Amino acid sequence: MKKILVRKNAYYDSVFLMLATKALKQQPGIQEAAVAMATEVNLGLLKEIGLLSGEAESAGPNDLIIAVQGESVDALEEACRKAQEVLKEKSRGKGESEYRPVSLAGALKILPEANLAVISVPGIYAAREAKRALHQGLHVMIFSDHVSVEEEVELKEMARQKGLLMMGPDCGTAILNGKPLCFANVVRRGSIGLAAASGSGLQEVCCCIDRMGGGISQAIGTGGRDLQDSRVRGRMMLMGIEALKHDPETRVIVVLSKPPAEEVAAAVLSKLEDTRKPCVVHFVGLKPSGRRGPVLFSGNMEEAAAMAVALAKGEEYHRARFSFSETEVSQMAEAEVKTMASEQRYVRGLFAGGTLALEAMAVFEEGGFRVLSNVRKEPSRLLQSPHRSEGHTIVDMGDDVFTLERPHPMIDPSQREERIASEAADPETALLLLDAVLGYGAHEDPCGALAESVGKAKARVAERGGYLSVIASLTGTEKDFQNMAEQKRKLESAGCLVMPSNYQASVLALQVMRHLASGRS
Amino acid sequence: MDVKKINELFGKELVVVNMGLDAFADNLHQEGVKVVRMDWRPPAGGDKRLISLLGKLES
Repeated sequence: MKKILVRKNAYYDSVFLMLATKALKQQPGIQEAAVAMATEVNLGLLKEIGLLSGEAESAGPNDLIIAVQGESVDALEEACRKAQEVLKEKSRGKGESEYRPVSLAGALKILPEANLAVISVPGIYAAREAKRALHQGLHVMIFSDHVSVEEEVELKEMARQKGLLMMGPDCGTAILNGKPLCFANVVRRGSIGLAAASGSGLQEVCCCIDRMGGGISQAIGTGGRDLQDSRVRGRMMLMGIEALKHDPETRVIVVLSKPPAEEVAAAVLSKLEDTRKPCVVHFVGLKPSGRRGPVLFSGNMEEAAAMAVALAKGEEYHRARFSFSETEVSQMAEAEVKTMASEQRYVRGLFAGGTLALEAMAVFEEGGFRVLSNVRKEPSRLLQSPHRSEGHTIVDMGDDVFTLERPHPMIDPSQREERIASEAADPETALLLLDAVLGYGAHEDPCGALAESVGKAKARVAERGGYLSVIASLTGTEKDFQNMAEQKRKLESAGCLVMPSNYQASVLALQVMRHLASGRS
Repeated sequence: MDVKKINELFGKELVVVNMGLDAFADNLHQEGVKVVRMDWRPPAGGDKRLISLLGKLES
């Protein structure tokens, strides 16, 4: 039995709607639920699950649909009441009583001194809004994805001509003038300027810099395609570097990206040389290649941070020290494998941060392990299904395939909880490697949720007579609102080994897997 | 490459127009950033044909 309600002209953002949907699905006696705007795509999805009929069929993108399927009339009534309550709370709570303009012109009447537009509307509308903002002389950050590369090139070209920032599309994080934007951590201000085409990577490096006592002048996000797609030609990265060159606060420049297109990498490196400031470059997944003029190449993200902090202090860089000695790491690894069952043999990495997943993959590949993933380019390394691990697997759970209809794992841990349970059900799983990203935009208690599912997973494996090793890292600072010390404690209480960086967590995981392999050879 | 406006921005208070996810405006507000939240909705009622026509008119 089902019930479908339509609220005309009631627009809500996608994250809120996904969380509202989740809340309804958890109501007693409810089998299926959806709270969604009546876009073409959503109407199609509702039809597929049999939750489209009557008035809803002719609803439009500005109309809200609440659709529930349940066991009884009472369950449906109760769920609809809950939905109305959640919607009412949303309108009452965050909206304050402030006036919300419907147009950019209206917004600029309220704040004529506005200098930045942060755009996170559905991707098909984002370029249009960004163009308007650039026309008004505003710098722009587009968080939205699903913006075409042609639109990206047009927007970045327009921004270049106007001398404005055009961060994104798909730019998840930035820190301007000490203010964290979208998914970002609260970090110390200082003299290290960053430009990055990688969201979770930028967060990781900023947090490592903060932990090592350094500070950030500016952290500019470019969006992932800026360096990877030769049509975009690193337009935002090149402008970002030029701006950091002229910024008196910035003494060291750090550039971070997934492996870039060759010609774009060459342009970026030559631009960096031209800055005459000490620079650090890290292309995640590529081996470092020494030094080129003032440019140092780092081997991992933590090392990029360590190099930058040393350069900012005017010191020579010495290889970043692991937080534990080799003997300690070896002892930790040995202890982890001691009580594993004989069939346990694979690492399973479940990541919320795409670049963090990539870094972990690089560590394992370099260590001689063949790792499959949902985000590999080589067909032989691609998982048959992103939802099922095979052999050694590292999954980027922030990839589109997981986030099309459900919130990103940094916002809502439930997809990862489910995956942890299914990995624990696989007798071949030996080790879980996890990340937890703190900061604005992220879940209020990410490690609380992770710790609970890790506890259950460990118990399940123990019941079978095995031992599940779990290694995690935290991307965050002590100034983030989630309380990092408390978050770490939660993971440790669940039996996780928590390392101070993704690189160190990956290296420890590699050591555990090596111990496991050598014990059986 | 002229980046004067970006360097000027680095020296100013950030003042933001937020279009889309409310949480981003909440966070900025908490960090003491002046922010105006737009009551953003799909233009032309989400009608793709009309949006494309509007786009042509605007350009």
